[in-house]
Amino acid sequence: MDTGQSKREFRYVGTRPNRPDGVDKVTGRAQYGADMTAPGMLTGAILRSPHAHARIISIDTSAAEAIAGVRAVVTGADFVRLDDDFIRDVQENCMARETALYDGHAVAAVAATTPAIARAALAKIAVEYEPLPHVTDVDVAMKADAPVVLAGRALETVPAGMTQNVTNHCEFGHGDLEAGFAKADLVIERSFKTAATHQGYIEPHACLASVTADGKADLWCCTQGQFFVRSLCSAIMGMEASQLRVTASEIGGGFGGKTTVFIEPVALALSRKSGRPVKIVMKRDEVFRATGPTVSSSMDVRIGMTKDGRITAGEANLRYSGGAYPCGTVEMGAQAAFAAYDLEAVRTIGWNALTNRPKEAAYRAPGAPQAIYAVESVVDELCQKLGLDPLTVRLKNAARKGTLSSYGPTFNDIGLVATLEAATSHPHYTAPLGPNQGRGLSCGFWFNFGGNTCVSLNINTDGTVGVTEGNPDIGGSRASISLMAAEELGIHYENIRTIIADTSSLGYNDVTDGSRVTFSVGLATIKAARDAIGKMTARAAQYWGIDADAVKWVDGAAVPAGSNAGKFPPLSLAEIAEMSPQTGGPIAGHHEVNVDGAGVSFGVHLVDVEVDPETGFTKVLRYTVFQDAGKAVHPDYVEGQMQGGAVQGIGWALNEEYVYGEDGRLQNPSFLDYRIPVSSDLPNIETVILEIPNPGHPYGVRGVGETPIVPPLAAIANAVSRAAGVRLTELPMSPPRILKALKS
Amino acid sequence: MRSLHVSAMVNGDPVEFICDPGEPLLDVLRNRLGLTGAKEGCGTGDCGACSVTVNGRLVCSCLVLGAEVDGAEISTIEGMADNEELHPLQRAFIDGAAFQCGVCTPGILVAAKALLEKNPEPTDEEVRFWLAGNLCRCTGYDKIIAAVQVAAAEMRGA
Amino acid sequence: MKYMSAQSAKAASEALVKEPGNARVLAGGTDLLVQMNSGNLKVDLVVDIKKIPGIRDIAAKAGGWRIGAAVAGAELGEHAGVCAMWPGVVEAAGLIGSTQVQGRCTMVGNLCNGSPAGDSVPALVAADAVVRIEGPDGSRDCPVLDIPAGPGKTTLAKGEIITSVLLPARPAGSADAYLRFIPRTEMDIAVASAAVSLTVDSDGTVTAARVALGAVAPKVVLVEDAAKAIIGSKLDDAALAALSKACESACNPIDDKRGTVAFRTSTAGVLARRAALIAYERAGEAK
Repeated sequence: MDTGQSKREFRYVGTRPNRPDGVDKVTGRAQYGADMTAPGMLTGAILRSPHAHARIISIDTSAAEAIAGVRAVVTGADFVRLDDDFIRDVQENCMARETALYDGHAVAAVAATTPAIARAALAKIAVEYEPLPHVTDVDVAMKADAPVVLAGRALETVPAGMTQNVTNHCEFGHGDLEAGFAKADLVIERSFKTAATHQGYIEPHACLASVTADGKADLWCCTQGQFFVRSLCSAIMGMEASQLRVTASEIGGGFGGKTTVFIEPVALALSRKSGRPVKIVMKRDEVFRATGPTVSSSMDVRIGMTKDGRITAGEANLRYSGGAYPCGTVEMGAQAAFAAYDLEAVRTIGWNALTNRPKEAAYRAPGAPQAIYAVESVVDELCQKLGLDPLTVRLKNAARKGTLSSYGPTFNDIGLVATLEAATSHPHYTAPLGPNQGRGLSCGFWFNFGGNTCVSLNINTDGTVGVTEGNPDIGGSRASISLMAAEELGIHYENIRTIIADTSSLGYNDVTDGSRVTFSVGLATIKAARDAIGKMTARAAQYWGIDADAVKWVDGAAVPAGSNAGKFPPLSLAEIAEMSPQTGGPIAGHHEVNVDGAGVSFGVHLVDVEVDPETGFTKVLRYTVFQDAGKAVHPDYVEGQMQGGAVQGIGWALNEEYVYGEDGRLQNPSFLDYRIPVSSDLPNIETVILEIPNPGHPYGVRGVGETPIVPPLAAIANAVSRAAGVRLTELPMSPPRILKALKS
Repeated sequence: MRSLHVSAMVNGDPVEFICDPGEPLLDVLRNRLGLTGAKEGCGTGDCGACSVTVNGRLVCSCLVLGAEVDGAEISTIEGMADNEELHPLQRAFIDGAAFQCGVCTPGILVAAKALLEKNPEPTDEEVRFWLAGNLCRCTGYDKIIAAVQVAAAEMRGA
Repeated sequence: MKYMSAQSAKAASEALVKEPGNARVLAGGTDLLVQMNSGNLKVDLVVDIKKIPGIRDIAAKAGGWRIGAAVAGAELGEHAGVCAMWPGVVEAAGLIGSTQVQGRCTMVGNLCNGSPAGDSVPALVAADAVVRIEGPDGSRDCPVLDIPAGPGKTTLAKGEIITSVLLPARPAGSADAYLRFIPRTEMDIAVASAAVSLTVDSDGTVTAARVALGAVAPKVVLVEDAAKAIIGSKLDDAALAALSKACESACNPIDDKRGTVAFRTSTAGVLARRAALIAYERAGEAK
């Protein structure tokens, strides 16, 4: 593939223009999931299990149906039982069938003419439960005598003889581990635990479904992937995909948590049954109880190091629980755990066990923060005990171009060394520390993904351009897409409008996740632009009466390729566009592809903290993020990803956790007690962008969105451990935990 | 449950609405007055996405009943711009890329405007503590604080 | 549900008495609306007291300040006189929630909500504040200390409403302070809290003190032994250690999602010591 890597001087890419949806967002005009209404609309509400695990003996909806204003009631019986495991899990998670598997699991739903009537109707639904023993801890769930959450769901990779709760197993690595450990001067083995956390998007899930008597449906929802929603919902509802049109609203945060469905099939089912549009908006406690938090984890890590800082062997055993349904996230954790290192001997083993907790959904680099937290903590402890500088040790062992990674592939050009060197020479690294203060650092990594992508690029007759793509904008990507189109076409950014289409308007697009949009949609946009350029140069050639390959495209215009081609003044895009009705008709370019060649993104975070030795309170004093972006198309938004991900990681490290009681119920389903960072908790987050181009993208772009959440957990844990003088191995490091460690 | 009839001023315009006795002002704004700029992020006063001012005082509209604003003056995000002309804070947020998903942005703008009206020259720390009741999950707050300071400087200078 | 805006304390009291169902007083609403919105609390009558004459006023009274029950935290924080005389009470009230919550919440609402962790309560108790109550049998005064009855409960009888709180006058050389522990810097319920009010004479000796703790027992605790530990001292290390120890002994907290017994107990002692030092320094400035 011609990557055009020689194109280093960019005109538009790398600048910081205003984003196209800016005015809408600062005036309250932008329409999010809950902002849409429809004539005749009903309000839907969902009844949820108060038990962590219970058989549903019976559901009597007659009293609810008798209430004036109630137009439809659905339960699990209203959904066809599907054969495909994956989609059936999604459907049963949206509405339980015979068993409630977690506190908050949906068991019934109503649609009524007002929200108050819908709520009153829920109270009249009589559900007879038989509570069953429950399990919420991953290690307890793996024991032989643990209550079984779902039977018969173990994948073939799981060895015989384990409890049925163990559903996934994986192993990665290479080399002779025991020989490696034998070479080490110091081997440290530690166990770690992390609590489940939630993406914490400020916008609760919301949708408006309208099914008509002819079997067609329109669905408006806040989602990271309207095409995937269409696939899931059409399968669940027994509809053809072509009959279901899904439109993505503006989205109030996703971070991976809105890459699946929770309320959409329920709204569709209620709409079908009532014959009217049905709107469902989740309440905040429902979001915590019944959407997709991360896995919780229990991990053992063993690493050996020589006294001059060479890692000779690394081993990790990761036990994750993705809630009540099988979950493969541990595979990504197992692959990512040692990815930053060039190792002769490495092995990671991963397990997933079922627990009576909500079904996991992705959260920014799923699986990696936990595993890398554990590995980077042990590396830091080795450095401490051997008296070695943590950055020097990272550099000594860093993965580079040509390194056989711990998870299989050999790395191409990567930016880890660049980020480590940038950190080493940054003033933060050598700034003096005061009493009770400590400095920590961690590397971080994410694979990044490509995926199915379609872009349509239309040349308007007035010389402006419309780009139609299919990926919801969660971080400012419309601006970046427009910049890449501007760069390729050679016209002003302001003359390009990028919109996100509904599912009827484009071919399939994979979800906005995997840090894929700037990379994949950008690549497809560039190719669509080149496609349009090919057509425009052909029109110019036709107009001039010369061969098409005698015309090239320079600075937004068609020009003769050489003096032999003829002496014609350039024909600008606007001129060609204006003539297009006469030269053959409207001009458009498009590109459909399953993109690969995504470049991995490495990062390093440095943080200083101060720990109050009398209370365990931790204050974050200074934070710097170093990350390789390949090519920062719009630096403001690359910085935004680095800062936002870092702060989510800070919350994860210090205060965020799902707290379960003995009864298996979630104790903190609110922003009061699920404590995400507030503005006064934080210093400025300084960002340093490195650019080591990704050979797989025409401009060198790497995804950047997910890597930033990976390093903060260990960076903060290492800083706190050094400030407090005691190593902590459980997240979050809330003040009571720190104080307890200090006192013991 | 009998509905109540309420008269108030919203963004300088007289309005009348009916509401249930227990209905929060946030629901009145969104569902009865078509002003969907204020968002429900939590319903418990913990996120600030529903921020408006009532008689000049910054509040969470999810914690005020529609019934309580009879005769009051309410300002929402929709009233922040002067027709076509954006408020300096709104411009500073766009120029400074101070939002990503934007759902917390209306609440933060309303809160920041209230701050600058009370304290035209706040320190970064004062801005951060004033905005502690406005949760943002996307930005890490950095560019928000910077944009508030840019707007504050412009408003002092102009 | 019915909503009523009372035009007098008497009307409010009568409506509360007459209501057969669940009636609640509405001032700031920052606790009440959360409970109503959650669906867990069914309210039949809301009595809005904000229109009662005088209930939003702050007035100088007998050398101290009488603060109407519906004065919002933000308004209290803007009142120079109260801030100067009772900085600890004001800073405590100012910690009840975000800027937005401060626009509505009231100290009296915070007290009547009955949370053991209510921020205004320890400071009001340390200040020896007294509330005025209007009820079916007329009016009465009651020390703030005697209002909480346990988590979510007060000693108020049906039909009684608090219309104001009196912060008393204080001798020269007096000051107060309030500290609470929360895991973030804002927005959390207090895990443990301490309020200290003291009077210092011209040579720096503490001549009077009151120490109150919050979030470490079913209701606020007035720790008389802690006060005794510092009266007669110049807050030397031994006196402060005795103060902390007395506070720890007075704790009777629970383990919950916000803190453990051990953590709350230890932290209460630390906060009481730090609050005493702040009050002492403020009293020095006031001298």
